[in-house]
Amino acid sequence: MNAQTPSPKLHDCRDAFVAVLERLAAENPRIVTVVNDSVGSSKLGGFKSKWPERLVNVGIAEQAMVGVGAGLANGGLMPFVCGAACFLTGRSLEQVKADIAYSNANVKLIGISSGMAYGELGPTHHSIEDFAWTRVLPNLPVIAPCDSVETAAAVEWAAAYDGPVFLRLSRVGVPDLLPQGHRFELGKANLLRDGDAVTLIANGTLTHRMMKAADLLAAEGIEARVLNMATVRPIDAEAIVAAARDTGAILTAEEHSVYGGLGSAIAEVVVDRAPVPMKLLGVPGIFAPTGSAEFLLDEFGMSPAAVAESAKALIARKH
Amino acid sequence: MQPNDLERIARQIRLRDLQAVVAAGAGHIGGEMSAIDILTALYFRVLRLDPQAPKDPNRDRFVLSKGHVALALYITLAKRGFLPEEEIATFLQPHSRLNGHPNCNKVPGVETNTGPLGHGLPVAVGMAKAAQLTGAAYHTYVMTGDGEMQEGSNWEAIASAAQFGLSNLTLIIDHNRFQQGAALKDTNNLAPFRSKLEAFGWEVTEIDGNAMAEIVPALEHRAARPHCIVAHTNKGHGISFMQDTVDWHHKVPNAEQFQIALAELSETL
Ligand SMILES: Cc1ncc(C[n+]2csc(CCOP(=O)(O)OP(=O)(O)O)c2C)c(N)n1
Ligand SMILES: [Mg+2]
Repeated sequence: MNAQTPSPKLHDCRDAFVAVLERLAAENPRIVTVVNDSVGSSKLGGFKSKWPERLVNVGIAEQAMVGVGAGLANGGLMPFVCGAACFLTGRSLEQVKADIAYSNANVKLIGISSGMAYGELGPTHHSIEDFAWTRVLPNLPVIAPCDSVETAAAVEWAAAYDGPVFLRLSRVGVPDLLPQGHRFELGKANLLRDGDAVTLIANGTLTHRMMKAADLLAAEGIEARVLNMATVRPIDAEAIVAAARDTGAILTAEEHSVYGGLGSAIAEVVVDRAPVPMKLLGVPGIFAPTGSAEFLLDEFGMSPAAVAESAKALIARKH
Repeated sequence: MQPNDLERIARQIRLRDLQAVVAAGAGHIGGEMSAIDILTALYFRVLRLDPQAPKDPNRDRFVLSKGHVALALYITLAKRGFLPEEEIATFLQPHSRLNGHPNCNKVPGVETNTGPLGHGLPVAVGMAKAAQLTGAAYHTYVMTGDGEMQEGSNWEAIASAAQFGLSNLTLIIDHNRFQQGAALKDTNNLAPFRSKLEAFGWEVTEIDGNAMAEIVPALEHRAARPHCIVAHTNKGHGISFMQDTVDWHHKVPNAEQFQIALAELSETL
């Protein structure tokens, strides 16, 4: 199945998140939100005006925010803990480990403006370490949807799932790629385009760039497979092994450090089960210079044209 | 420098800040305006610093813990000679060293990187403790936001500073009564600060943090214990329509608002 070329309309996935959250919260009074002075950045103004008593604002105190989330879950509620991804994970990492993952608390951690969405605010506000930090934690699914359709589906899924979840959202506009009505399945990649020359794998804000790169490659007669792999943990090993066998080379791209993220998770499967040449694109192990997210992604070799070039270089390395 | 001169410099910094926020289309103007009088007093009167030797081991230390008002710090540093004043025009531009939060590896005069709230005070406690251990004579100042004081790390550091007897440390709380999304009192109200700091063993001075005549003596005061200045300020101070509303944490004035603000700030120059 070859998905249609991305439509140009761009969506802020936070809108899909709050739309589903509010719909579910209207039916399920156990749903509460927890924030760190982040009502606006999490787009929870509507939730707050509908259910002011169900929005728990602990103030600028992320460690307490995550701990309070665990306590609310213990009390029978289903907390959606929403804050800037950089602070939600980095600042509260031990709370995420001990109170949420190790305790297996039914808390939904919603990382807002992940990756380099905060652009010019700089490396303190970039969340390009969060896959690495969270995907090592048992019990905690790590999910980065690629568009508003998948975001809505993942929120729906998370609310139905009895256990902790880390959902990594951006604020940077992305086109819809998945069909309306798409259902999210944990640990299952989506085949967006088939091909046999190379497989391009991404999630979050990079998937649509991969689709554009595949268009560029197709124009040169190179057919690339494109997989959207929102779930970083548990990783879809079957899709990875099939990609390695069928196409003989895998290129990954992510709005994350090139160390420890999606590409690394895929490489762990590849070296173990189906060794083929790989290229990992991401933030190259540096604190990013000043610039917007889109600027920095281009700067780090993740424009569609640069991805296509990397793919061609990778194909030349195939055994 | 006398209070009158300091006030004039503060007004120039405010004006430049407003212009730079509008030019960049981003910034944290409310918290910049509330802090500028104190930044001016620090850099043009109180801190013993040499822009030619920004790493002089004996320099006084200043940590801007509320790093989101980096722009106000950049302008102050530029005016004081730490960087070219023209460079302010590069604020937030691709590859500029003037990021949305200060970077000590790129910008002379910045002591440590801030941006995540609740980091500056623990680092400042370390700086003051180092001076105590080495016998260095420098004084350490750190400025936090009032909302920022909700971070638990601050209270851990406050307890340590008292335990260590850091009489060489001054914490300035920019008490503008607002945080990002709401008033402090409607979020997690820490006010009054005085009793809390005193309970931890600090000496506390309360001042009008936008009045130079009160700022200077408070900063120059030397206590026998760690000293906290609760600076009662106005978020957006100097621009009438910004004061006492939650809207101006990081909003950017539109063309009409810019003209009004420009006129108000220029009037007092
Ligand atoms: C750890 C952390 N959490 C959240 C933020 C996002 N944030 C930036 S400024 C701000 C509000 C700060 O309020 P306050 O300390 O009162 O600063 P001021 O009013 O002086 O601007 C928030 C929540 C952050 N920078 N760091
Ligand atoms: Mg404040």
